Amino acid sequence: MSTQTPLAPVGATSSGNSGPVREQRRLPRFAPLGLFLLGVAVGAGLSALTGFSVALTVIYGVVLGSLFVYLASRSVEGRRKASDRLVTTLVTTAFAIAMVPLLSLVYTVLDNGLPRLDGAFFTNSMYRVVGEGGGAYHAILGTVIITALATVISVPIGLLTAVYLTEYGTGRLKKAITFFVDVMTGIPSIVAGLFSYALFTLIFGVSVRMGVMGAVALSVLMIPVVVRSCEEVLKLVPNELREAAYALGVPKWRTVVKVVLRTAIAGLGTGITLSVARVIGETAPLLITVGLITGTNLNPFDGRMATLPVFAYYQLTQPGTATQAFLDRAWTAALVLIILVMALNVVARLITRFFAPKTGR
Amino acid sequence: MAKRIDVSDLDIYYGNFKAVEGVNISIEPRSITALIGPSGCGKSTFLRSLNRMHEVIPGARVEGKVVIDGQDLYGAGVDPVDVRRQIGMVFQRPNPFPTMSIYDNVVAGVRLNSTKMKKSAMDDLVERSLKGANLWNEVKDRLNRPGSGLSGGQQQRLCIARAIAVEPEVLLMDEPCSALDPISTLAIEDLMTELKERFTIVIVTHNMQQAARVSTSTGFFNLNGVGQPGRLIEFNPTEKIFSNPEEKATEDYISGRFG
Repeated sequence: MSTQTPLAPVGATSSGNSGPVREQRRLPRFAPLGLFLLGVAVGAGLSALTGFSVALTVIYGVVLGSLFVYLASRSVEGRRKASDRLVTTLVTTAFAIAMVPLLSLVYTVLDNGLPRLDGAFFTNSMYRVVGEGGGAYHAILGTVIITALATVISVPIGLLTAVYLTEYGTGRLKKAITFFVDVMTGIPSIVAGLFSYALFTLIFGVSVRMGVMGAVALSVLMIPVVVRSCEEVLKLVPNELREAAYALGVPKWRTVVKVVLRTAIAGLGTGITLSVARVIGETAPLLITVGLITGTNLNPFDGRMATLPVFAYYQLTQPGTATQAFLDRAWTAALVLIILVMALNVVARLITRFFAPKTGR
Repeated sequence: MAKRIDVSDLDIYYGNFKAVEGVNISIEPRSITALIGPSGCGKSTFLRSLNRMHEVIPGARVEGKVVIDGQDLYGAGVDPVDVRRQIGMVFQRPNPFPTMSIYDNVVAGVRLNSTKMKKSAMDDLVERSLKGANLWNEVKDRLNRPGSGLSGGQQQRLCIARAIAVEPEVLLMDEPCSALDPISTLAIEDLMTELKERFTIVIVTHNMQQAARVSTSTGFFNLNGVGQPGRLIEFNPTEKIFSNPEEKATEDYISGRFG
């Protein structure tokens, strides 16, 4: 390799009459894609030799396709361009492979969930429903109520912690809090559920079930996410703005409230919305703490409540006599959950757009 | 309104590092005092210690006295927030609040402190401050547009308007023109000469022509070497500093024979 390197500039100067910029031979526009697909086709043929399998086709195909693109580019365009093509091919392939499960998931859920996505699903509960019909009215409202409660608990704690870490904290306490927030981020959700279960059992006695227990469990999972995202956003607020406020004789707490938080509000809104999306689909902690009922209970301080993930879980695992109806409801519940999460993501984007500081040009 | 500043034996620290040592200076009211010197010699640090902005940085502290009209800024019972209300500051980079309109930026000092003020009085204050900062004619038709949409020079004048809107006694300027083109610089220099009638102005600058043009007195800061504290080498009327300085180091720096 090292012996080849000095040759390049010599070649560049010797082709003198074409000026300082050398004319490059290029592959035709769709040649790399074609070569890659050819490689995949050959890969399919190879795997067919040992009995066709999709996994082997992908492996052979990616290796051969990348190799074809690299060799063709190397012989026509030179080494640097060939490396570029190779890396482009690998990155694109990785992206395509990552998209496969996502697309497959969306397709499957839509395919199975759409038939029951009707009015009854949003207006009926499962009260006295043993076969077909029924809906997730109680579960949708339960999810909304419990998640809202969890947000009400988590956002003040998380946001204020983030403010402390960025604006006030120094030394050991700050380090300790950062460390424990990191530890909390890694808590398995079932542990959060058990914590909440144990806490409420200690206070209210054995076999207590309340919606708020689920909200507490979810906030254990949500607080570290809120702290992290808010902290990152608050760190982005330029220090010059804080100094500008101080120089006007504004006390620190007013600076934080009216300048720092106000400037960061778009990012804070986005971070909080995404942390809600993160916990809205949690199943395990709600399974332990909130349980499930077939009727509608909208009071999170009294008795079991239904939630979408737990609803979907029970429809799937304990179908009654009309198995297909239960499975359909489970798929539709999953679909509604995905729609809720996507709606939250859209809300987050809208928040970013509407609250971001205007440049005014 | 303008006040006199007396600084005696001021040492400024960042943690254990002594950044500035033994400054004695007396700044006259209604004058422009320029501070010049090489980078890292403590001019800005000294300037920030005059309105206690220095201590915003963790670990930063000050020993010595800064007296404004008989009141020690670093006295036991003095609230730094009150000090900053009396001594305004303009920074090197224009820093209007990005979430606020031009109007809100000017009244930010009033609004952020939740001082009650009638709408008409506030309109009046905005007009007066923007006229004071020579910006009124350029922005009077778009007061509700964001402040960050202005050009760099206009933003800096907006920041000056914001600083004078709280009616401070002293105005500190930390290289206010270093990010601006010559025309905006000229506008701000003219403005300083006007503001001199009402405020005591202290300006840090790297531009010696600017110091010579606008200031009445000039202080030259220098440091002996890396890791050494900066010192005030010479403080004299500007004509004397630029024509016949007392110290060899000042002469070397001004004539460009230095570093």
